[in-house]
Amino acid sequence: MTTVDGRHAIDREAERLAYKPPEIRHDTQGDMSTEDRVEKAMHHFVKNFNTQTASYLDGCLHCGMCADACHFHVRTDDPRYTPIWKLELFKQAYKREAGPFAFFYRLFGFKKKVTIDQLEEWQHLLYDSCTVCGRCSLVCPMGIDIAGLVSMARHGMFKAGLIPHELHEVAKRAAETGSPLGITPDKFEDRIEWMADEHEVEIPVDAEQADVLAVMSSIEIQKYPQSIAATAKILNAAGEKWTFRLDGFEATNFGMLSGNPEWQKEATMKLINAAIKIGAKLIVLPECGHAYMALRWMGANMLGKPLPFKVLHISEYLSEALDQGKIKVNAVDTSVTYHDPCQVSRRGGATEAARNVLKHLGVDFREMEYGGDYNWCCGGGGGVVTITRADPLRRRVFKLKMDQVEKTEADELLSSCANCRQSFDDSQEYFNWDYKMGSLMEMVAENLEEDGS
Amino acid sequence: MDLLEFARGPALQWAAYILVAGTIWRIFGIVLLKEKADFSEPRARGGLGAALKVIYTRSFTANPFKKATLYPKMLAYVQHLGLFAVVLLFVPHIMFFEGFLGFSWPGLPNSVIYVLGVAAVAASIALLVRRLTSPVLKLISNFDDYFSWFVTVLPLVTGLLIPVRPGFIRYEDLLAIHILSVAVLMVWFPFGKLGHAFLVFITRGTTGMVFERRGAKT
Repeated sequence: MTTVDGRHAIDREAERLAYKPPEIRHDTQGDMSTEDRVEKAMHHFVKNFNTQTASYLDGCLHCGMCADACHFHVRTDDPRYTPIWKLELFKQAYKREAGPFAFFYRLFGFKKKVTIDQLEEWQHLLYDSCTVCGRCSLVCPMGIDIAGLVSMARHGMFKAGLIPHELHEVAKRAAETGSPLGITPDKFEDRIEWMADEHEVEIPVDAEQADVLAVMSSIEIQKYPQSIAATAKILNAAGEKWTFRLDGFEATNFGMLSGNPEWQKEATMKLINAAIKIGAKLIVLPECGHAYMALRWMGANMLGKPLPFKVLHISEYLSEALDQGKIKVNAVDTSVTYHDPCQVSRRGGATEAARNVLKHLGVDFREMEYGGDYNWCCGGGGGVVTITRADPLRRRVFKLKMDQVEKTEADELLSSCANCRQSFDDSQEYFNWDYKMGSLMEMVAENLEEDGS
Repeated sequence: MDLLEFARGPALQWAAYILVAGTIWRIFGIVLLKEKADFSEPRARGGLGAALKVIYTRSFTANPFKKATLYPKMLAYVQHLGLFAVVLLFVPHIMFFEGFLGFSWPGLPNSVIYVLGVAAVAASIALLVRRLTSPVLKLISNFDDYFSWFVTVLPLVTGLLIPVRPGFIRYEDLLAIHILSVAVLMVWFPFGKLGHAFLVFITRGTTGMVFERRGAKT
């Protein structure tokens, strides 16, 4: 009879039976005392508290239903991945330090002080195992937006220098160079020229006045540059007076994902200032989920007043342009299923736009079981795809997505988010999966009617 | 003053004061936090209508989650409906409320109340067993969960014992204990998780206002 060392559990999901490596990596940034880290984490968590968030922390019933909605818990059965548990330290600190009965909790010692060891342990829960997809928020019988709280907890973790190194580096690079992948204005210009030549499309850059400012995600510029040409083809066909701007082109916002509101604001303001400078009436956001959340729903609050222009995700723009007859598309004879980017659909409210575009394309659209607003996340959102140490967990979670897609038996899989596309590509390669994710926008661009404008 | 007089008099009176003061304190501690304006262009109307909508709709489980949450949801419904009926539709309770409200409402037959009360206790026990055995619930549960369970079930059990007339205790003493257990419930009510009875309107309501405004799923 053999005895098994309980500290090293068997990973039965691995390709070959293997020991689960212990999760011991807790990253720290900056040089500060442990007391400072704890204090900063809590201070920046409660800094922007309002009635909504305070009631959320006070109102949890500990019913545990959110666990059933979270892909990380569903795929692992690890109770630590229960969404509300990811907030446990912050709930504890709120009740002890800031809630209506804080004195009561302190007096009787009901809530202990949060320690640095706990915060370090929670780094994995708040970053590696949460994509801020918000599926849990839809099951909560109290209506608590758990994903929103995770974002606030990340503010605390960032200020305390307690976030995964990879995500920190990416966010820092974005703050320093304007792009998480180091795409400088010169590089962007090069790519534009390349795409303009290759696809024989006119791409306006740095126009001094334009009605529409188009922006891109670095992921597209770097990995899917054909998106640049597709955007241009569509906006040209629609007869828009539009431009890219080298002083405001990066739509991703890793300040937001990492939890640094200052970096978030800087990135957002670049886009806002560029649009104001050229008198744009509209910013068309690229195929990127979190960019939509950052500008459409949070942008005006960064500016401190309503935006003087409209903001549309590219799927919304396409939907409107097709409805208005600004562009026309040829029918496409194929079956398609669509993966909803969480921040555009579930949390952003633009779920129907992509479906309307697919209707115009005349495809045989096959909705995934519980697709749309209840869609399973790709597993890579919320910055998770940048965290290398989270790869095994992310891929394990991706299995849910694979099942959801395969059940449709559609010929093609489309989405409208380069970040999702990146997660899909990685897992597709890892699992040698048959499906390759395509872009909704590119399908439209490839099937534009010549006389559509 | 005997035990029953104490229970009916000062105990209940002070419990009511604490219930009201604690509830007001907790609600004010939350609703008086400063609000930041949302300048984003709304897609749809938020406001009170959205709040009321979600306060209602979140009472029901969305289809994708029905299978996974069916068991605890059913138990919770039985527990809550049972409690509602026992507290507000039991004729002696209605007469008690009439004493200080000055008006009454129709109640349910005692036998129906008894069945609902037993069902509520049974559902509560099943929920406790679940809390003690589910890995998720074991991890996330704390003192508040167990104590709140105890102070909720105690008045139910003591109340259900009254018509049974157990031989080991005088009727007056059992009634006094029942009323005292209600007093304990009232005292704890605003401080712990039982506060969800009023917080639910704020949590669901604010979620409704924010997400309906975006046109997003609520």
